[in-house]
Amino acid sequence: MSSNAPTDSVCLTVPSHARYLGLVRKVIQQVSQEGGFTEDEGRKLILAVDEACSNVIKHSYDNDPTKTISLTLTDSAEKLEIRIQDFGKRPDVDRIRPRDLDEVRPGGLGTHFIQSIMDEVTYDTSPGVGCILHLVKYKSPQVRHKHR
Amino acid sequence: MEASSDMEPRVEVSVERAGGGIVIVALSGEIDKNSSPQVRNTLVPLFAEKLRAVVVDLSGVSYIDSSGIATLTEGLQLSHRSGMAFRLSGMPPEIKRVFEVARLEGIFEVFDTREAALEGLA
Repeated sequence: MSSNAPTDSVCLTVPSHARYLGLVRKVIQQVSQEGGFTEDEGRKLILAVDEACSNVIKHSYDNDPTKTISLTLTDSAEKLEIRIQDFGKRPDVDRIRPRDLDEVRPGGLGTHFIQSIMDEVTYDTSPGVGCILHLVKYKSPQVRHKHR
Repeated sequence: MEASSDMEPRVEVSVERAGGGIVIVALSGEIDKNSSPQVRNTLVPLFAEKLRAVVVDLSGVSYIDSSGIATLTEGLQLSHRSGMAFRLSGMPPEIKRVFEVARLEGIFEVFDTREAALEGLA
């Protein structure tokens, strides 16, 4: 493991409108590629972040397009960390859980995608920070090696 | 700030009536929260018609999120209620992976090609 490997951060703030999700996906694709993730891993990361931003638009902002979503992507040798911050309604974190997949119905899959793709999913709703969703994806040893 | 056109995910939806009460809905582009309503607005009214089958051709789709999957799941449910066949065809591998993560790949009737999906329907 290389403790001296560079850490790169990318910050992106977009309006809370679904038409900007394509831009978010392009940034995630670029960052995951730069971070050495495989195409398949990159596609999953894109899906997880897309779903997280969609949830912010729908649940935190009630589809109000005048708000903002801020993303900070920090790529290091061991992992990619993604912070997604909004200042909408504070979620009841205890009630956020993926739906029962045995139940075939439209909707409710986004949280399942996020939790099954990412290695760590945590929320920070401390006073003054709005809501920060913290996502982490650890890199395989092969990817870590390439990052050196 | 007005989003420029290249920021907007685009989906193209075309409807082809193949005769014999079979409708093919061909989708291409990216299906996400922004574009899935366009897909839904085309798909859902079809189930009010007296059709035999709806085949959704996904061969041109490069991205799908949970809202796109939800739209297709809604189509599946409506087909069950109306007694129509509902088939998916031409699913690219990256789209198939999303269905696998959703654990929904076994719920739909999935065919490699549009032609295979049409077999047995006419």
